[in-house]
Amino acid sequence: MATKKDALLISGTLLTLFLVAWHLFTLRQDFDPKGFTEDQLMTMEFNGDIVRTSDGGYVWNPEKEKVKGVPGPLSVLEKARTELEEAFVIKGTNDHGIAYLVLYTVTRFGAGFLAASVVAIMLGVLLGLNKVLFQAVNPYIQILKPISPLAWMPLLLYTVKDPKWTAVLVVFMAALWPTLATTAFGVNSLRKDYLHVAAILQLSWFKRLFKVILPGAAPTIVNGLRISFGSALVAVVPAEMLLGELGVGYLSWIEWNNLDIAGVIFAILVVGVVGVVLDSGFNKLAGLVTYQE
Amino acid sequence: MAFLEIDHVTKYFPSPSGSGQVCIFKDATIKIEKGEFVTTIGHSGCGKSTLLNIIAGLETMTEGGIILNGKEVTGPGLDRMVVFQNFSLMPWMTVFENIRLAVRAAYPDWDREKIAAHVHKYISLVGLKGAEDKRPTALSGGMKQRVGLARAFSIEPKVLLLDEPFAQIDALTRGVIQEELVQMWNATRNTVFMVTHDVDEAILLSDRIMLMTNGPSARIAEIVDVTIPRPRSRDTIIEHPHYYKIRNHIIHFLVRHASHGETDAGSGAEQAGGAAPLVVKF
Repeated sequence: MATKKDALLISGTLLTLFLVAWHLFTLRQDFDPKGFTEDQLMTMEFNGDIVRTSDGGYVWNPEKEKVKGVPGPLSVLEKARTELEEAFVIKGTNDHGIAYLVLYTVTRFGAGFLAASVVAIMLGVLLGLNKVLFQAVNPYIQILKPISPLAWMPLLLYTVKDPKWTAVLVVFMAALWPTLATTAFGVNSLRKDYLHVAAILQLSWFKRLFKVILPGAAPTIVNGLRISFGSALVAVVPAEMLLGELGVGYLSWIEWNNLDIAGVIFAILVVGVVGVVLDSGFNKLAGLVTYQE
Repeated sequence: MAFLEIDHVTKYFPSPSGSGQVCIFKDATIKIEKGEFVTTIGHSGCGKSTLLNIIAGLETMTEGGIILNGKEVTGPGLDRMVVFQNFSLMPWMTVFENIRLAVRAAYPDWDREKIAAHVHKYISLVGLKGAEDKRPTALSGGMKQRVGLARAFSIEPKVLLLDEPFAQIDALTRGVIQEELVQMWNATRNTVFMVTHDVDEAILLSDRIMLMTNGPSARIAEIVDVTIPRPRSRDTIIEHPHYYKIRNHIIHFLVRHASHGETDAGSGAEQAGGAAPLVVKF
């Protein structure tokens, strides 16, 4: 218990240190007109570097400040506050609230990952049970596995002609291979004893699959799913960016196009939070099907 | 006709070098009566576990045949249940679920309650009451094999195949479980085919003991009739005058003669390959 408390304390301290350092490094002094001639000040105002305030002084132009250097934690916080306030607001075709963007990304990710998992587990079991088939197909899996899922995108876009489905398919491609390879391995290396027991008990094909083979290979399959999960999560962000599909990945790109760096940092943080939430959900599910030998 | 006939069963494996085949054992022949307890003893590599797996239908034989109750054995089936050396319990199932899997398979038309009652009966028979919901990981080796025995007895097979069932259990527990096996066997009088390394275990449990020569090309050299009357128990059997005679005979065979294939008793005449094993009575 004490160690957990210590770890929490250290985490908190590290975060505070990081935020303070970030704040200090990105801090800019207020504009000081001393040392500038009247002409220079006019040029700067004309260029939009500074603006005149109501009381006759000059300050840095807040609009231009947004893209100058890296924004500090306070401006990111301010950005987050406004985004979260408008989380459920749809302002235009490409300007949906952050809640919608998260929903789109999670749906896209979920559809691609689930479809890939079902296909990969079914094919994996088939290959795992048939050594000849496995040896015949394995070279192709080995070639296809290392291809970045994004490399498929032009071909997929050309084939399905719809960016919405292309994004799902990119996630699908990212999630397919690790699960396929590990499922085939897990089923293939299932202890022969379990199959012997199933054979003696004359279990039907269906029972053999669901009572013995799948639960027996479950820990290995879950490991494959975990790798697939990570690679699908990595693929969904650039897929959205390249295809212009609304989502948290696209948010980061939109904010970059807006030259709103605070917005980019906010989008990165949202991607992180979505990933953590999905991952913990996955781990809960994984815990249900694994066993100790 | 005997209940279980093992008729000139021969097994070849592809040789490790890849060319040709290695004969594991040759012309294994024995007729086992219903309710008989027959044990095979031999050094590692003589193929006794392979023979057991062939009877179970888990491995194929190269030549010969096995006839159980008038029908030829062609594959695994519920009439021949194996108790495995490494227990072979499903680690993702509880004790109850492991046995239920077998009972459900053996009695597909029973309803839930009947199956559960049957499972509980066998769990309490092996003294595992209270451990129903534990997974195999949480059990000791002895308890795991009790589950294995309960699973095997619960489907009431025609033949029980015991593959070195107590080899992985510590010596003290082994004795206790052997006695439990004797009691369960007394109640059911199943036909049993056992494979073991343990001479004392073989004498305690068996009606007949098959002695195999060393592999490759192993064969059944002798069949020892254990005439010590039943019921037997570990502490009284050693006082029987025949106990040490049988024990010494088997150990002599294993130490001196298993590698040559000669027999200890009788005239000492050389046996030609494929000749019937010598029957030794005590």
